Amino acid sequence: MKSKSHIADTHKYNFNYENRVVLKNSGIIDPENIEEYIGVGGYKAWEKVLTQMKPMEVVEEVKVSGLLGRGGAAFPAGLKWSFTAPLKAEQKYIVINADEGEPGTFKDRLIMEGDPHKLLEGTMIAAYAVGASKSYIYIRGEYTLCISRLKKAIVQANEYGILGENIFDSGFNHEIEIKIGAGAYVCGEETALIESMEGNRGTPRSKPPFPGVEGAWHKPTVVNNVETIANVSAIINNGADWYKTLGVEGCYGTKVYTIMGDVELPGLCEAEMGTSLRTIINKYGGGMKNGKQFKAALVGGAAGVFLSNEMLDVKMDFNTLKEYEAVLGSGAILVMNEDVDIVEMLWSVIRFFRHESCGKCNPCSNGTTVLYNLIDKIRKGKGKEADLDELIRISEAMFLTSFCALGQSPLMPIKSAINNFKEDFLTKIK
Amino acid sequence: MKTLDELRKIREKSQQKITLGESNNRVKIVVGMGTSGIALGAREVMKAIIEEVAIRNLTDVIVTQTGEKGLSSMEPVVDVIEDGKPTITYGNITPEKARKIIAEHIVNGKIVNDFIVTMLN
Repeated sequence: MKSKSHIADTHKYNFNYENRVVLKNSGIIDPENIEEYIGVGGYKAWEKVLTQMKPMEVVEEVKVSGLLGRGGAAFPAGLKWSFTAPLKAEQKYIVINADEGEPGTFKDRLIMEGDPHKLLEGTMIAAYAVGASKSYIYIRGEYTLCISRLKKAIVQANEYGILGENIFDSGFNHEIEIKIGAGAYVCGEETALIESMEGNRGTPRSKPPFPGVEGAWHKPTVVNNVETIANVSAIINNGADWYKTLGVEGCYGTKVYTIMGDVELPGLCEAEMGTSLRTIINKYGGGMKNGKQFKAALVGGAAGVFLSNEMLDVKMDFNTLKEYEAVLGSGAILVMNEDVDIVEMLWSVIRFFRHESCGKCNPCSNGTTVLYNLIDKIRKGKGKEADLDELIRISEAMFLTSFCALGQSPLMPIKSAINNFKEDFLTKIK
Repeated sequence: MKTLDELRKIREKSQQKITLGESNNRVKIVVGMGTSGIALGAREVMKAIIEEVAIRNLTDVIVTQTGEKGLSSMEPVVDVIEDGKPTITYGNITPEKARKIIAEHIVNGKIVNDFIVTMLN
């Protein structure tokens, strides 16, 4: 820890507000006061869509902006909306996935705590675009501050006539309700989330039918991540062309990262898509803690990838990382210094999967246990080199045969850990 | 229930309130009340500030809260916003430090250099 006078001398700490889209108001306005949100231009986009835009124009604008889902899978948001918007149904729903179960990810939490009205505004715009009269925010129960601030925000929006019936004489009705989850990792998967929301055990459904056609209570349902939706009002206000000036070709806008581990300044930041890992660690994370050497970063949480120093200058965006068999995932960045043992880290990741596997399908429930036994053996110094191949072989089989993304996920961290940090494993084996 | 026109008026009014504009307030103190801020004692800091403002009867000071700015290790974070002056962000604030900020910065106009994280125009 540096002395306080050092901080005062340099003033080097910077909250980097200049590039922010999603977190522009967080840390500036009072999240519990709707008038402060309105004062910084809040609900302007809502007014614009209600008074000047047809629903399909809203879908088109978001589609053209190229906004990709920020929950990890990077599915184009506008495209998702375009499946549901034209459907004729007596009821459609928007569901906001605020389950945020990926270890080390707390971006959605800070968006909701810092600027709950931004999430509400985006949700309403999505609802208008696809013709949904009801939205649910599915949020994990641990997020008590988010829940209370969102509840307050919903009450205020109703009082101001921003939500409710015949909003601003447009003839559009909308209602937002909060559903509280019990903190199962699998409920971040959209169909498991819907099951849980309906009051059932949270296990995934078979797809198709996709939720966009048949989701909550078998009605067309758009499920979007918090960060994705928090981008929408800025896109409507400033236009898709403006949005495409941020980020890189094919992957526009910004990304909210949570930086933790062996860095000087852990926390969160928002950087343009395509910013390198080196820049994120040095500029936003304050560099390595105590002058230690960088060894690895686990990017994207447990379902993420272990990156070595060779990847420090690679552009961080969904497409570029895919070329390197890596993922951006949820945007969690766990930085590890030279003292960290990757075997221990991988053990912890696999233990997590074993604990969170929902038990619905055999490849995942048995696979995660077999993987755990293997890594535990290696960790205890009883492993063989062939066990490394076995870890990859089993996680590949799980990738091909598991019912949902949970069982497909261990492959990424396992493969990247073994390929990029083989020395750590061999040390334990010999 | 508000009409769109009323909403626009709130927008104009609120914009001024944030920059202090025509209101009677001289200083706005904003405490970062996100999860990491609260975990590191922001509620106690907030309480100390409100108490100190009341004891000193500082009627031209308003105290509000905000979410997280991003640097968790600098929490609790306190902003001091004054018209025509750079916004000062203090970091790692404790109730004692908060009382010192009120005494030195808010009352006597002397910025407490030791606690500064950033200064923005």
